Order: sequence, then C-alpha cells, then structure tokens
Amino acid sequence: MKSSKIAAVCLCAAAALTACSGAGDTTTADGKTVVKVSIEPGLDQGAVAAFNARVTQFEAANPKIDLVPQEFKWDATTFTAQLAGGTLPDVLTMPFTDGRGLIERRQLADISGLVDQLPYAKKFNPEVAKAGSAADGKMWAVPIAAHGQALHYNRTLFKQAGLDPDKPPSTWDEIRADAKQIAQKTGQAGYAQLTTDNTGGWILTTLDYDFGGRTEQLAGDKATATLNTPQMARALQTIHTMRWDDNSMGANFLYDWNGINQDFAAGRIGMYVSGGGNYGSLKAQNAIKADDYGVTALPLDGPDAGVLGGGTLAGVNAKANDAVKAAAVKWIDFYYLSKQADQAAAVADAKTTADSGEAVGSPELPVFDKATYDQRMGWIAQYVNVPVKQMTPYTDKMFGQPLIPEPTRSTQQVYGLLDPVAQKVLTDRGADIPALLADAQTQAQALLDKP
Amino acid sequence: MTLTAARPATATSRRPARARRRRTPLTWVRGGGLGTVLFLLPMLAVFGLFSWRPIGQAVVMSFQQTNLVSAPVFVGLDNYKAVLGDPQLWNAAGNTLWFAVLALLLGYPIPLIAAVLMSEVRRAKGLYSALAYLPVVIPPVVAVLLWKFFYDASPNGVFNTVLGAVGISPAPWLQSASTAMFSLVAEATWAAAGATIIIYLAALTSVPPEQYEAAEIDGASVWGKVWHVTLPHLRGVLLITFILQIVGTAQVFLEPFLFTGGGPARSTTTILLLVYNYAFADSLGGDYGAATALSVLLALVLGLFSAVYFRLTRSWSKS
Repeated sequence: MKSSKIAAVCLCAAAALTACSGAGDTTTADGKTVVKVSIEPGLDQGAVAAFNARVTQFEAANPKIDLVPQEFKWDATTFTAQLAGGTLPDVLTMPFTDGRGLIERRQLADISGLVDQLPYAKKFNPEVAKAGSAADGKMWAVPIAAHGQALHYNRTLFKQAGLDPDKPPSTWDEIRADAKQIAQKTGQAGYAQLTTDNTGGWILTTLDYDFGGRTEQLAGDKATATLNTPQMARALQTIHTMRWDDNSMGANFLYDWNGINQDFAAGRIGMYVSGGGNYGSLKAQNAIKADDYGVTALPLDGPDAGVLGGGTLAGVNAKANDAVKAAAVKWIDFYYLSKQADQAAAVADAKTTADSGEAVGSPELPVFDKATYDQRMGWIAQYVNVPVKQMTPYTDKMFGQPLIPEPTRSTQQVYGLLDPVAQKVLTDRGADIPALLADAQTQAQALLDKP
Repeated sequence: MTLTAARPATATSRRPARARRRRTPLTWVRGGGLGTVLFLLPMLAVFGLFSWRPIGQAVVMSFQQTNLVSAPVFVGLDNYKAVLGDPQLWNAAGNTLWFAVLALLLGYPIPLIAAVLMSEVRRAKGLYSALAYLPVVIPPVVAVLLWKFFYDASPNGVFNTVLGAVGISPAPWLQSASTAMFSLVAEATWAAAGATIIIYLAALTSVPPEQYEAAEIDGASVWGKVWHVTLPHLRGVLLITFILQIVGTAQVFLEPFLFTGGGPARSTTTILLLVYNYAFADSLGGDYGAATALSVLLALVLGLFSAVYFRLTRSWSKS
C-alpha cells in the first residue's frame, strides 16, 4: 500500500490541518484582527528589517489590526494543498499568469467591493487590471507590480570577454555573437535559459512573441493553440543553434528560477531572459554586485513582435472572514499600492527600504498610468539606489515597446507542455523541432478544448 | 532448531487431553485480553488515523473530481479512464521500468558482494559496517543536493574533473536523456546500499562456520564457498530484498523530483512523479482524482506482483 504514500501523506496532512486549523484565530484577546501577511523567504537581513519596519508603521496607524508576517513564496504546485490545509497567509502574492485561474476556481477571496472603495480604484491600467479581474470585470486581486520581459546581462563577463557593457546586444544575431564570445573568452555560459517548473514555456513564449508569434488565439469563447508556427520554430532554432553550433549555453539545461538567478549573480551566466524588474530579487536573494548588473530591452524581430508582459498580483485567502478581508485590503493598500500614488506613502516606503540597504528604483511598468509612475519616481528620486545608468538600455525603451499580455487560457498548463520541448532542443542535437511543435500543438489544443 | 521444533508438537499432543475451558468475556478479561487491547489501542489508533484513514480517503477520492476546496463530485471511473488514456502514463511506466532494471543490475548485486566481502574481514568489521551505512543516515534531500553538485556537467564539476584527470571528456550526467536515468540510479544505489548490506551481514552471521570448514576440507574455492554455502543460507533474505527492491524502485520519486524534475524532455518522469504532477503541478491541472486513481492502480499492480512473486517462490524459499 505504500504506493499511495505521496497522495496519502498529502491528503492526511491536508485533512489533519483542515481539521486542526480551520480559519484559525482571527482575533486577539484584546480584540485586534489578526492578519497573516506574506513575506518572501530567503530575504537578507536588510529586506526583512525593511518589511518589519513597514509592519510596525501599519500597526501604529491601524491599532485594531495585528499583522503576523509569514514566509510565503508563490508556488503553483503547493498552493491548493496549502489552501486546503489552512496554511496560506491571509495576504498573498502571485504572478499575473495564475490570477485568472485562481479567480475562476474561487481559490481567492472576492475583495472587489473593498477594492472599489480605494481612492485609485478607477486609475488602474486596464491591461494590467485584467490579470486580477473576474470575467465580469470585478477585481478580486490587485496588480501591485508590472513588467515587460528583458535581457539581463553580466557587465563583468562582458568586459572579460572584450565586449562593451554599455553597448549590449540589440538584435538576436548580436545576442548570439556576444554569447559565443563570452563562452569562448571566459568559459562561462554566454546565454542560459530557464527550462523547468513551467518557466521553460514562459521564456519560450517570450521568444515567440519576440519573433512575432503568439501561443493562442481567442475568438469569442473558442481558444486555438498556435504553437506550431514559423515564429515558435525560429525561437527554438535560435536556442538550438546557440546550444549546438555555437556551444555558448554552458552545461546546465535544467534551470529553475532559483538556479538561474544564483548562477547569474555568481557570474556563471552572461545573459538570460526574465522579468525586467528582477534586480531587486537578485539583490535581496542572490546578493548580486551592482557593478556586475546590466539589463537591456529584448530585441524585437518581425512584424507583430512584442514584449511579453507580466507582473504580480496581491490577493486574499479564500478562507478569510469579512474582518480579515477588510484588514487585508488595508495592508495591500498600505504596503503595495499607496506608495505608487501617494507622495507620503511613496517616500516612507522608499526611505524605509533604502535605509535597510534594499533596492529602490528597479525598472517597473506603471500599475496605474505613466504620469502617475513618473510622478512617483520624482518623489522617491533621492532614495533610488539601484545602478540606474546600467539599466538605461532597458528603461530607455521599455515604455515604447509593444507590451503583449501572457496567454490567458490554461497558461501554466501550456507553459508546462513547452518545458520538455525546450529541454529536448537543448539536450538532443537531433531534436526534430517541427515534430515537437506538432505534438505540443495537439496537446495544447486538447487542454484548451477541455470544458 | 531441533529442540525448538519439538516443543509445539508436545504442546499439541497434550491439548486433546485437557478439558477446554469455556471462554466468556470474564475469562477473556481475567486472561489478560483487555490489557492486550489497551496496550495495542494507541498504536491501532495512530496507525488507523495516520495510515489507513488517508489510504481509504485516497481510494474514495480516486472516484471524485475535487480541488480540495470546492465540494467533490462523484465521477465514477472517469479518473481511471483519463489516467489510462494519458500517453504520459506509458512514458512514465517505461521510465519506471528502466529505473527498476538499472537498479536491479546495479543496486541488487552490489550490497550482496559488499556484504560477502565484509563478512570475510577479520579486523575493524564494525568500521566497515559504519562506513557502508553512513550514506543511509544522510538525509535524502541533502544527499541529492550533494550529488547534484557532483553531477555538475561543466568541465569543472566534481565527477567531470575526475574524468578529465584520466583524459575522458566531460559527461552530461543529468543533462542528457541518455545518461540522466543512470545518474539517478547510481545515487539511489549509493544511498540505499548500506541498509541492505546490514541486512545481509546479519543474515551471514547465521551461517554455521563448520559448513565453511567442511567446504574448505572438500577443496572448495572462495567462489565455491559463496555459491554452495553462503548463497543457500541467504536465499530467504535475497527473496525478500528482491521484492523490496522492485516495490521500492516502482515508487521512485525523490531522485527524479529533485535531480531533474522529470527531464530532460520527460526522460526521467516516473509513475510517482506523474502522480505528483497530476496532484500538484499546475501543468496538469491540480487533478487530485487522477493522482489518487493512478496511486491506486500502482498499488494494485504492486500488490498483484508481490502475491504472484511469493506464490511462485514459496517452494524455493522453503527448500
């Protein structure tokens, strides 16, 4: 009977935790509402101190609320079990990719009424707001950060390879040439790519968009998978060439999010593609040296080329009661939103974060509108401590590039289907790209056709 | 052995002569029955609550569609049909079988050979046993992380540095579909061999030394002694470790999960990893019904295999 061990253990844990914890104690003896707020695990001391300082400020302003920080990092694989087991925090963050699915499955609390009462409820960038909205347009989750994909590069490796770090590549041919030169001159991977935990599909979709492709087309309720296209084939052929002909992609082709960030910060990767605002995470979790870091816009190639956009949503645990929901939205407003539209909040947040030695001013796209974003950057200018000049290759272009949202239907599932495709191309010289895409197309369509 | 065997026969022969006392609840209590039950109760409660109850729940769930949040819906055999119709199942079954074959070829004989050699050692036998057992006490996750470091596919990786020193080009270890499974089996064998060695060493102590002496007098070589004395004495243990090995390898999860995530290109996706993916990886939709259905199917197959195996080897193990 051991064979059902995994399921049994998980179910047992879930059942036991559900039975034991339920909704949990939501009030203290002195009548305060207890709200468990998420803080990312693995942060350095400064980042934790900055977070705790903001918690103290919030509690001082809201004496009837007791915040309890809880380490939480979004993980699609454990989210449902955590929700069922009652171990999720009350306020949690998640990527845009998963928002719609969670809302459709009612795995988040409906906080739309509370969000509507926020002073800037009507100011959200409509494209960005969609990620956290139900089919009827009501916002169940609040966008707190948005970004377009970017090419991150290691300036030190560029210098060691004889390349000018102030002139990063601006075409895919240049990316290829620079990667090859880095690999030959430094022995490190010139270019690396995420391939596991659905990130392989995420980055492959980024490249597909870059070459003018899309992974799905919507017509009313009908979604059609469009994976088997010349654009996607070109994306795969590009990395195949870099891997097998140029030998510029190093030796690890099973990178996950933590692994690639670690290796990049450690100077083992010349370039990789990820969200444009990744510097804060690289600093807080991987202790990257500011001098090493550079970021540039992804080169767009093709008539419909665009940058894949993404971001982070903040939502509330589906099991939260009304008092916790109200307090949770207050925290979301205080910690994530007000700093984007209110001068006092923006300055307080930037000062606290900078005082703790954490990154202030990493490139972001506006959650509201460009004018509000620019206004905020003006308010916090004196606290910006990221290497702004080294980010200009990206920031000079980021607002002008066409931003294309992630595919909306079965997003993670389709990304998951593309993981082995990317892995195959990078680990098998003879990989049959048309056959791989035809197979992925069939499987993706089956997923999209599911009722 | 002779004395022990004689006792039950004597007891049995006395029984008809003694008047059988009528058993009542009172005599049962006076005979210590209640104490036995009370003694067993905590264990039965814990076992039932944390072992059998979830297994029962898993079986029920295999007939439901649920996401653990909304109310479950009974769907009959739909989960079983979906699982059996999934092309990934046959890929995972093939990978699991391949892992089992490699583990048998590599992992089954190595502990036996090591135990036989260690039993011949006269000095510091305890030290060798401790060294052999050491990998078992290392937490599995730590062991995998350690080996992941060894398996670094760059020329600077630990194993590749060793290969380089003898003029062999770097191996991709986990980064190629053709070598990944072998790499997983090598680590799994290293991690598990110690426990099996201890079992074999314990069994070897039961071999009467005079049989070796007799074999030596008959002119048997070392191999002859192993073949004609050691192996026949280990037969029962070998049968058990064989079935444990098969059942264990059919449930391999940790290594593919932590080393490769089932890659490259699904070449190390095993059945239990597929179960995990059904249940937890969003790429397959958080389908707990399908996950439990596949778990139940695997349990049935292993149960059937074990029953057939013990049936077929019953006479051999008794001889």
